[in-house]
Amino acid sequence: MVKTPIYLDYSATTPVDPRVAAKMMPYLTEVFGNPASRSHVFGWDAGDAVEEARGHVAALVNADPKEIVWTSGATESDNLAIKGAAHFYQGKGRHLITVRTEHKAVLDTCRELEREGYEVTYLGVRPNGLIDLEELKAAIRPDTILVSVMFVNNEIGVIQDIPAIAELCRARGILFHVDAAQATGKVEIDLSKLKVDLMSFSAHKTYGPKGIGALYVRRKPRVRLEAQMHGGGHERGMRSGTLATHQIVGMGEAFRLARLEMGAETERIRFLRDKLWKGLQDLEEVHLNGDFERRIAGNLNVSFNFVEGESLIMAIKDLAVSSGSACTSASLEPSYVLKALGRNDELAHSSIRFTIGRFTTEAEIDYTIKLLHEKIGKLREMSPLWEMYKDGIDLNTVQWAAH
Amino acid sequence: MAYSEQVLDHYENPRNVGGFDKNEGGVGTGMVGAPACGDVMKLQIKVNDQGIIEDAKFKTYGCGSAIASSSLVTEWVKGKTLDEAMNLRNTQIAEELALPPVKIHCSILAEDAIKAAVADYKQKHGNMAGSEEYTACNPPVAS
Repeated sequence: MVKTPIYLDYSATTPVDPRVAAKMMPYLTEVFGNPASRSHVFGWDAGDAVEEARGHVAALVNADPKEIVWTSGATESDNLAIKGAAHFYQGKGRHLITVRTEHKAVLDTCRELEREGYEVTYLGVRPNGLIDLEELKAAIRPDTILVSVMFVNNEIGVIQDIPAIAELCRARGILFHVDAAQATGKVEIDLSKLKVDLMSFSAHKTYGPKGIGALYVRRKPRVRLEAQMHGGGHERGMRSGTLATHQIVGMGEAFRLARLEMGAETERIRFLRDKLWKGLQDLEEVHLNGDFERRIAGNLNVSFNFVEGESLIMAIKDLAVSSGSACTSASLEPSYVLKALGRNDELAHSSIRFTIGRFTTEAEIDYTIKLLHEKIGKLREMSPLWEMYKDGIDLNTVQWAAH
Repeated sequence: MAYSEQVLDHYENPRNVGGFDKNEGGVGTGMVGAPACGDVMKLQIKVNDQGIIEDAKFKTYGCGSAIASSSLVTEWVKGKTLDEAMNLRNTQIAEELALPPVKIHCSILAEDAIKAAVADYKQKHGNMAGSEEYTACNPPVAS
């Protein structure tokens, strides 16, 4: 018997690994000093722990620890990278390039810069979710100062060609920012080789605590940022605010474990994901969203045509998953990521994201496959669209009354 | 989305799922909504010689509230005259199911569905041959 509900939403957040939680504990009650206190042992011990953690984060991505700036999470890192660089380099130009399928932390930051008078180009993606490098090349202007492209998409899990984009930007003297919140511990990142200038990280997508993240800021060639948070001049003036020692220790330990266990973990997770995907093959009208090959191991985003996502989520309430359906959001707009792939509204409304992680078991995947078969069948019996499809009616020829 | 017990009950045990042959004499069919909006309701009524709705069936593509709204409406219209059915208001549906504000449009859609079914029946009545392919719906367009 599997215990329900089953957590299949690892891209939303992950549980803190018990080993990480254990490591964090003493830094709340015992080693509680302010790492900025340089006059006593309480501060020195906390400071040592922060620097050790910085080393672990840097090691996962093969960077210099001095290139790691602590933040409150990937959203803050994205804000600091994009606004910080745009403000500092505005004398060089005021044009940025990003992608329509980016996380809101990037898109909304770009919108804010547009309000400040910057210009932003939003690149489309191909039906597999990946950008076209030629399109990126064509979008570059003499006044382009920064390109921002995410490593791994949070909804469909596709991996962009970061090395190629980085080469392209470096050759033209344009800064390149990468949101890697969904990539750490899932894809190899080697910043000694990758020509990336700024990279955002989050702890809680990689079995660390929420509320802590980091920004990689390259030193060679040196990247300058205008601080967005002012105060005591922490983090070499780039991000003021007392460091949250216990959170930082947690992120460090989480990233240390990720580096050690990534290889075996990815294999295991890929096996489970592939088993889930194979298990759904005998259902009709199941569509994969995003490229299958260039995708992280733990992501499966599928549309169950003619079944609406939110009602499916209700039917499979034993599973904790996300939907691209409008009905699960306040906006009543279906997923902008799936729309950017060119998916029609029905398929966007019918999508479910399964994300598998460190604590997912094979028994849970077997249960999931069985449950989906049961419930998809039931909901399709209830769906007028399924009935029309079965009667051979092309839904695109039907005159629908929008409401 | 936290739903009321009434919605969950109709969602888990939907009443009157299915359909009638739309070409049958006493049957009126209403289909409203659009896949692009995330909900489509097909509601059918079977009217007897006395002008009473003696049976109703539905199929719905949509969220839990949409399914519950259509299920509830099929229960309510049974035994009613066409005029009584036309007087059914979305506010009654929303109240019965305790729908949250963001789901009120589901109850509006259910009201539109029953109106479309009655209109289809009335149109067919007297012109039995004129039933069209799945275009019985023509709901008022809400903004």
